[in-house]
Amino acid sequence: MHFSRKVLVFGAVGFGVLLGLGLFTFIYAEGFSYFTTDPKACANCHIMNSEYDSWVKSSHHIAATCVDCHLPHTLIPKLVAKALNGYHHSKGFTFQDFHEPIMIKPHNARILQQACLGCHGGLVHDIVAGSTTDAHAVNCVHCHSSVGHGPLR
Amino acid sequence: MTAETSKTDAPKSRQPKILLLFALAIVVAGSTAVIAGLLVNIFQRKQEAKNPYLRFVDVSNDTTDPAEWGKNWPREYDGYLRTVLPTRTKYGGGSASESMLPPEKAEKNPWLTRMFAGYAFAIDYRDRRGHANMLTDQEGTKRTKERKQPGSCLHCHASVIPLYRQTGAELVPTASPSEQLQKGFEAIGKLDYWEANAKLEKSGHKHPVSCVDCHDPKSMQLRVTRPGFINGIKALKVHEGIADYDPNRDATRQEMRSFVCGQCHVEYYCGPKTTLFYPWIEGLKVEEIESYYDKYKFDDGHRFYDWKHAETGAEVLKAQHPEFEVWSQGTHGKVGVACADCHMPYMREGALKVSDHWVRSPLTNVNRACQQCHHYPEQEILKRVETIQDRHYALLTRTGNALVDMLDAIKAAKAANASEAQLSPILELQRQAQWRLDFVAAENSMGFHAPQELARILGESIDMSRQAQLAATSLKVTLAQATPTGAR
Repeated sequence: MHFSRKVLVFGAVGFGVLLGLGLFTFIYAEGFSYFTTDPKACANCHIMNSEYDSWVKSSHHIAATCVDCHLPHTLIPKLVAKALNGYHHSKGFTFQDFHEPIMIKPHNARILQQACLGCHGGLVHDIVAGSTTDAHAVNCVHCHSSVGHGPLR
Repeated sequence: MTAETSKTDAPKSRQPKILLLFALAIVVAGSTAVIAGLLVNIFQRKQEAKNPYLRFVDVSNDTTDPAEWGKNWPREYDGYLRTVLPTRTKYGGGSASESMLPPEKAEKNPWLTRMFAGYAFAIDYRDRRGHANMLTDQEGTKRTKERKQPGSCLHCHASVIPLYRQTGAELVPTASPSEQLQKGFEAIGKLDYWEANAKLEKSGHKHPVSCVDCHDPKSMQLRVTRPGFINGIKALKVHEGIADYDPNRDATRQEMRSFVCGQCHVEYYCGPKTTLFYPWIEGLKVEEIESYYDKYKFDDGHRFYDWKHAETGAEVLKAQHPEFEVWSQGTHGKVGVACADCHMPYMREGALKVSDHWVRSPLTNVNRACQQCHHYPEQEILKRVETIQDRHYALLTRTGNALVDMLDAIKAAKAANASEAQLSPILELQRQAQWRLDFVAAENSMGFHAPQELARILGESIDMSRQAQLAATSLKVTLAQATPTGAR
């Protein structure tokens, strides 16, 4: 199976255009920033502006970035969460079909609760004996709602 | 031979290759189209984030027509236009359609008509409608059509500041702008309502409250413009120990998000015996305002009162709609939640964070208005509000009934020929009881802005009404006993 030179050149040009356009779009969309942990990357889409602003005003901005609280700390669950959230966020933002004001999903709420315990678990293990991720369990942010995101206004 | 075979074989072996290439080209073209589409989408989202607005037209302090501002700020203008839409909550609103007026309040609360006997509110007092209706509603009410009213009513029902400035400039051409504003405010307020209304129309500024009343046309920042508020808050701050307070200079942004509403949603004296003023000299609480009114003397030396009660002759007070004062006594006010936080919550349009200019009850917008801070289900929030309002309404009705009983008792005492001196302390109690009840009933939140404070005020009112009723009834009995036996 071999192609004539003309066809190969044509194919190469076609693929090149696709690749170039793809790469340009990726860079234009600041795709590489998503491989970092910089909170600014999370506010690439303006929809997260107020979440970013309120994090800057919160007490935790010196201790934790977005990914510290919103992603699991072990490799595989972290990649799964990144993939799921990446898919939901880009789909929602492209088609503009998400709930407003944006609300955390149960899966992400569980991740968040685990992240609180990741740092503070030693301190609070007497308070949160048993499961803390059930729907009706006591969640840290139920009371401490302003530690990660300060005043919204 | 080989050449021949290759010639005959060629079409057979090339056909699938061409098909394959064709399929590949289609896949590449499809992918390119999808990526290009995505690129355009991303571009669009990035553009959204760039220009908050375009200034198509220049607006100035004299641009009172909201439609002009709407060309630059269509999102806010859309919200403003929506204020004509009827909304309804359990205790508020109630127009059946855009063109229909809400019901008379006295239909549900007949004691209102007794309380307002002899006053324009006894003939027409309807439930609320939205901002964009405020001027037409004022022109349509029997209170202005069948009773004489002062021009100062326009202070809050129209975009009247340019007219104040113009009039002031004509009267005192050499004075400072703020003095001219004050002079114009006084002069227009003194006119008859319809005369002032005609003047407003002639000046080309006949619009209900509009953008320019709360926004600086250069920077779009919030600002207050109403002379009544500027004077009132200045006096309040003096009481708090702050001299020369200027809200446009000294207030924080968050304070301004309440002050702009407090320009009108307050208690005030509207005239005609003196220029409109906000009675905040001793503070914002109900008895602090009352104490100021009690000390206030009109130019003729008579103590302050709004009207003489038609049934009893008491010189009574009319409360307006003290939302600002009551909010400042409640939990939300105390922690710095502004009016706009609940009544004009933020929403997103494109990349922009916009204050919802469809100003309305938060109960019609729970998700944005309440759940930003209160993270529990909408139904639970609504239930909690309903509990507060049901309790409040029950107490309010009880207070209204106590007032009616008092009025009946005073009337009976009068019929038994009680003297002015005998009635005087009783009528004083009526003034106090009625002021408290009206202060609460006129306030637009059905108790929500400050439940405990309002319950306290209603409790006092009931007590005063019953004291007056008791005194009037025993006065009547005493008078009957004093009557000579022969007359019996």
